[in-house]
Amino acid sequence: MTFIKKSLTTAVALAATAAMATTAQAEISDGEVRIGYLADMSGTYRDLAGPGGLEALRMAVEDFGGDVNGAPIQVFSADDRNSADVGASTVREWIDTRNVDMVAGLVASSVTIAVTRVLEEHDSFGIVSASAASSITNEHCTPNHIHWVYDTYPLANGTARAIVEEEGGDTWFMLTADYAFGHALEGDVTRVVEEAGGEVVGRVRHPFPTDDFSSYILQAQGSGAQIIGLANAGADTVNSIMTAAQFGVTEAGQQLAGLLVFLNDVYAMGLEDTQGLLLTTGWYWNMDDESREWAERYYERTNRMPTMVQAGIYSSTMHYLQAVEATGSDDPATVREYMMDQEINDFFARNGRLREDGRMIHDMYLAQVKSPEASEHDWDLYEILATIPAEEAYRPLSESQCKLVQN
Amino acid sequence: MTMIFGVPLAVFMGQLLLGLINGAFYALLSLGLAVIFGLLKIVNFAHGAMYMLGAFATLLGMRYLGINYWAALLLAPLFVGLFGMLIERFLLRRIAHLDHLYGLLLTFGIALILEGTLVNFFGVSGARYPTPEALQGGYQTGFMFLPKYRAFVLVAAIVVCLFTWYMIERTRLGAYLRAGTENPALMQAFGVNVPLLITLTYGFGVALAAFAGVLAAPLYPVSPTMGSNLLIVVFAVVVIGGMGSILGAVITGLTMGLIEGLTKVYYPEAANTVIFLVMILVLLIRPAGLFGKEA
Repeated sequence: MTFIKKSLTTAVALAATAAMATTAQAEISDGEVRIGYLADMSGTYRDLAGPGGLEALRMAVEDFGGDVNGAPIQVFSADDRNSADVGASTVREWIDTRNVDMVAGLVASSVTIAVTRVLEEHDSFGIVSASAASSITNEHCTPNHIHWVYDTYPLANGTARAIVEEEGGDTWFMLTADYAFGHALEGDVTRVVEEAGGEVVGRVRHPFPTDDFSSYILQAQGSGAQIIGLANAGADTVNSIMTAAQFGVTEAGQQLAGLLVFLNDVYAMGLEDTQGLLLTTGWYWNMDDESREWAERYYERTNRMPTMVQAGIYSSTMHYLQAVEATGSDDPATVREYMMDQEINDFFARNGRLREDGRMIHDMYLAQVKSPEASEHDWDLYEILATIPAEEAYRPLSESQCKLVQN
Repeated sequence: MTMIFGVPLAVFMGQLLLGLINGAFYALLSLGLAVIFGLLKIVNFAHGAMYMLGAFATLLGMRYLGINYWAALLLAPLFVGLFGMLIERFLLRRIAHLDHLYGLLLTFGIALILEGTLVNFFGVSGARYPTPEALQGGYQTGFMFLPKYRAFVLVAAIVVCLFTWYMIERTRLGAYLRAGTENPALMQAFGVNVPLLITLTYGFGVALAAFAGVLAAPLYPVSPTMGSNLLIVVFAVVVIGGMGSILGAVITGLTMGLIEGLTKVYYPEAANTVIFLVMILVLLIRPAGLFGKEA
């Protein structure tokens, strides 16, 4: 009897200790902040986020001091190979076996949408920095992810509006990457062009990725549209622009509109073929002293200037860690709520705030690619023409279809 | 205006011509694969990487050694061919007596290593290679603007394909080659150095891929992943044409380029898949391929 009594007491005591241990650590789970970086590390989108984004993330962790309230910060990474399946199963594994607290990076929109569903199912947390589709915080919004750097809405709002209103480009032909991101961008551009009094006269949806664009460029030439809108990204955009140059598109009087062009794309193509191109960007390394200072530190580590995505990864990680520190918790809802209460202003984001749909809105910029003569060195590529205020740049909440927004 | 299935004749003709030019690339690459498979029975998964190396040799040769395009047209295939011969001599030969599957795995591994190494140094955005001056600009053909360089690619590819076919099917050297793979022991008894012949053949097949790479350099961004994107399509072309059939590879390559070109006009969403649909059909109806002989 004593034996049974004794074992029972021990069991109860053990259970109590275990319970206490969990409550004590419920604040920062496992006593560690675990960040998983998921991105295209080897394919079409590698250079805009990829290993450079991971380096930015590590920089943020180092600058933060390597731990939050004594809980060390762990960083691990994986290549999603631009496949939604690979991305979703990697994140599921991270949640199941490594108790990941925050998933960072997130590049191809198709991967992101799949991953955010997994995050919602398991009540984990993700910060999307590289994806473009505005649907990520619209019909695909969840309480478990936020979207940082940019999306297709301001891209269309900035570039397409400027071209229709200021350059008189009324007729458009859309060259669209055939997946979630391309469709979202095409939709947003069509809306802006029509609102501004223009017309989309034709479109072609090409497989992602595509090597040879000659056939599509020929179709765009045949359409007679003034503007050929490129609703694609990365190597596909580079390829479209190069092919258009070979087929004498601009000499024949048509103009290209690169709707999503990253710094590394312009760098790869050179200024000769890209000069004069209008684009919308969330950040540019040379836009002011604060940006330059950070960019130069980044350059020393990677030998490349950062894209807006890489800068955004640093910025979002920093804010996440600050939120974990301030609330003493890595619980998704707590962290998100805290982040929503803060004004977001740093070297990257100006007039930023996090909305209830998960969209971090901040000032965006209309930029133009410099001519080779105007450029002073290798990475001197853009001139900022105008600032698009945060509240005007992004989709207004009144038009939102997000389930978290009361309309 | 004359219309063909709702598309103006001029546009239709333009698309056919572009399809043919892409087909020329498929032909060159699948020809090299067919030569290597037909004579060595190696399924060369490193073929895309060799194509990529050809383009990189051209780019780096210009950047660091000042080699111009015309010289690269000769030197890059030579360099990559030599590299291929080293692979054959020191790696592939060691597993020649094993099942073909091992050759496939080995070449696939080589491709991944080459690609990964270059991604590490150059990233994936790709670099530009300027169109040679003599081939800048284009012709106004009446139905389309044809860049001179693309016309040159078409002609160069077809000439090289015909030359290869002639070499293998119509010359004494080609006869040795074919006999050497058919019955190596007997050929060796006649005093022919069969291992050397095999090394040279692999080098030549790989050089064809590198030649395609040089042709591609001014057209597409030169990037480490340019080969792997193309390789699977080229394998499908070889399967459709019939493994090992040389003329089959050339004709199928050009035809598949045309079919893909037309798909890009009528249903662009399927442009990446149409060749595989054809492959499935061919495998159902003629498992040995259109030009292949039943084993």
